[in-house]
Amino acid sequence: MKISTADANHRWGEQLFRYLCMAAVLIPLLILGILVLDTFIDGLERLSWEFLSSFPSRIAMRAGFWPALVGSIYLIGLTALIAIPVGVGAAIYLNEYGEQHWFADFIEINIANLAGVPSVIYGLLGLELFVRASGMGRSLLAGALTLALLILPIVILASREALRSVPDSLRSASYGLGATKWQTIRQVVLPMALPGILTGTILSVSRAIGETAPLIVVGALSYMTFVPSGIHSEFTVMPIQIYDWVTRPQEEFLINAAAGIIVLLMTMLLLNALAIVLRNHYQNRFR
Amino acid sequence: MNVKRIGLLAVITIFTFSMIACDGNGANGQNGNVISLDGSNTVYPVAGAISEEFSAATSINTTVGVSGTGGGFQRFCRGEIDITGASRPIRDSELQACAEGGVDYLELPIAYDGITVAVHPDNDWVDEMTVDELKKLWEPAAQGKITHWNQIRDEWPERRIELFGNSTDNGTYDYFTHAIVGEQHSSRGDYTGNVNGNILIQGISNNTNALGFFPFAYYFENQDRVRSIGIALDEDSPAVVPSQDSINDGSYQPLARPMFFYVSTEAAEREEVQQFIEFIAAEGPELIREVGYVDLPQSSYEMVLARFDQRITGTAFTVDGAQVGITVEELLKHAQTDPS
Repeated sequence: MKISTADANHRWGEQLFRYLCMAAVLIPLLILGILVLDTFIDGLERLSWEFLSSFPSRIAMRAGFWPALVGSIYLIGLTALIAIPVGVGAAIYLNEYGEQHWFADFIEINIANLAGVPSVIYGLLGLELFVRASGMGRSLLAGALTLALLILPIVILASREALRSVPDSLRSASYGLGATKWQTIRQVVLPMALPGILTGTILSVSRAIGETAPLIVVGALSYMTFVPSGIHSEFTVMPIQIYDWVTRPQEEFLINAAAGIIVLLMTMLLLNALAIVLRNHYQNRFR
Repeated sequence: MNVKRIGLLAVITIFTFSMIACDGNGANGQNGNVISLDGSNTVYPVAGAISEEFSAATSINTTVGVSGTGGGFQRFCRGEIDITGASRPIRDSELQACAEGGVDYLELPIAYDGITVAVHPDNDWVDEMTVDELKKLWEPAAQGKITHWNQIRDEWPERRIELFGNSTDNGTYDYFTHAIVGEQHSSRGDYTGNVNGNILIQGISNNTNALGFFPFAYYFENQDRVRSIGIALDEDSPAVVPSQDSINDGSYQPLARPMFFYVSTEAAEREEVQQFIEFIAAEGPELIREVGYVDLPQSSYEMVLARFDQRITGTAFTVDGAQVGITVEELLKHAQTDPS
C-alpha cells in the first residue's frame, strides 16, 4: 500500500517534470513561430526577383536588396576563408601538439573568455587595427578580418571538441603501424573529426552573417549604388540594410524590412542545411 | 572523392581570385570616381535620394554612410570622405580637428527640417505652446518636478505627462535643447529617448498623455497617428504649426533648422563632385520634398551654388552650434556682404 502511493507520487512528479521540459521547448518555439510567421505575412508581397536584384531606393516599391545580399555573401565567404584555416590549425595545435603543456591550458581559458566578449568590442578592435593602423580603410577585407576574429574563438573551441572526441586508441593504432604524427593527424584524426569541425564552423559562420554592431563600427555603408568590386571595396550587409529600412519614416519600408529578414533567414537556413548535409556525408563515410 | 575535393578547391580558388582580380576601381572611395558621403541620420534620406537619382542620371557611383553628424565630421576631418551631411553647423572642436587633418571645407545648406512637437490625436486640450512653456517642461530643473499637464497651464487636466524625444547623441536633440532650453545638450533626463523616429511615433500614438519631439519627416509620414502642435515664440506671437510651407518661408520658428553638406575643397576640384553639387541645386528641391523634408527657397540654392563656385570656405553660421531663428537666406546674404 505504502509503496504504491509513493509510486503514484513519484509518477506524478515525473509527469510534471516532463511537461515542464516540454513547455521549455514549446514556448520559445511558439514565440519564434509567431515572429517568423508575422514577418512572412508582412514581407512576402515584396519578395520577388526584382527585390533581390535591385539597388536601394527612396521609394519603397523600387528599393532592392542586391548590394546588401552580395555584400553579405562576399563578407561571409571571406570570413570563412580566413577563420577556418586559422581556427582549425589552432585547434589541432592545442589538442594534438600542445596537450600536455600548461601554455595550451592558459590559451584555452583565454579563448573561452574571448568567446564571451561582446561583438561591438571586436568592432572597435577592427576599426583601430584593420581600418586605421593597417590602412585597409572601410573595406570588405577589414570587415571580414573583424568578423573572423569574432568567430575564431568559437571555431577553435568547436574544432577542439571534435578533435578531442576522436578515441586515443585510433591514434595509438596509427602510431603502431609506423605512421608519423603528421600522417596520423592528416589521415586518421582529421577525417574522423571532420563532421564535428564542419558543424561547428558553419554554425559560427552563420552566426556571423547576422552580425550588425561590429560592422557598423568598422564602417559598413548604408547606401551604395553599386556592388562591391573586390576585397578593398566598400560594402554593406543585409542586417544594416534592414535596420535602415526600419528607421525610415515611410511605413511602406517596413514591408521591405520584413522581406529582407526573410532573405536573411533563408540564407542562414541554407548555410545550416549545408552544415547538416556535409556532416552526414562525412559521417556516413566512416561508418 | 578526389573529384569532389578538386571541385571544392576549385570553387574556393575561383572565389578568392575573383575577389582579388576584379579589384580595380573600387579601391579607395575618394580617389576613384566614386563620391563618398557620410554623416547625419537626419540628412541621410536626403543624401540617399539625391545619390540615387544622380547615379541613375550620370552613372557615377556614390556611397552613403550613416555615422551621425559628429561621426561624419570625424571621418570628414581625417580626409576619409568627400562630403558629410550635418543636421547642425560645424562645431569649434570639429573646426580644430579639420584644421589638424588639413581638410578645408565648403559649407552648403541644402534643406530645412522643422523639429516637430507632437501629441496623441485624442489629446483635446493642447493646440499650441510657447517656447517658455516648452522650456519649463524640458529644462534640467523640470526633472521629477514638472510631471503633470496642469503644472504648465492651469486649465490643462491633472494628468501625468509622458515625454518622448530624440536621444542625446543626436543633432536633433542638440538643436532642440539649444532652441528651447537655451543651452545646447541640456535637458531633463527622465524622458524616453530614441534615435529612431518610428519608435517615438509609436510611443506617442499609444499614450493619450504623451508629448514628444522628432524630425519633421516622421510627422509628415504619420499625420494620422500623431498631431503636431503650434509653437509660439512668446505669448504675443501667433502660434505656427509645422508644414512644408511654414518651414520653407521661415515662419515656423524657432525649431526650423538648416541641414548641410560639408564638401572638402579637395573633392570640390573633381568634376563629378561639381556635377553632384549642380545636381542638388537643380533637382534637389523636388527630391527633398519627396522624402518629407523641406527645400530652401530657390534663391537660396543660387546663393549656395555661387558660394560653391567661388570656393568660399569657412562657416556662415555661428561658430559654436546653431544660431536660432534665422533663415539660410539672411545668413548667406550677411556672409556675402561681410566675409569673415
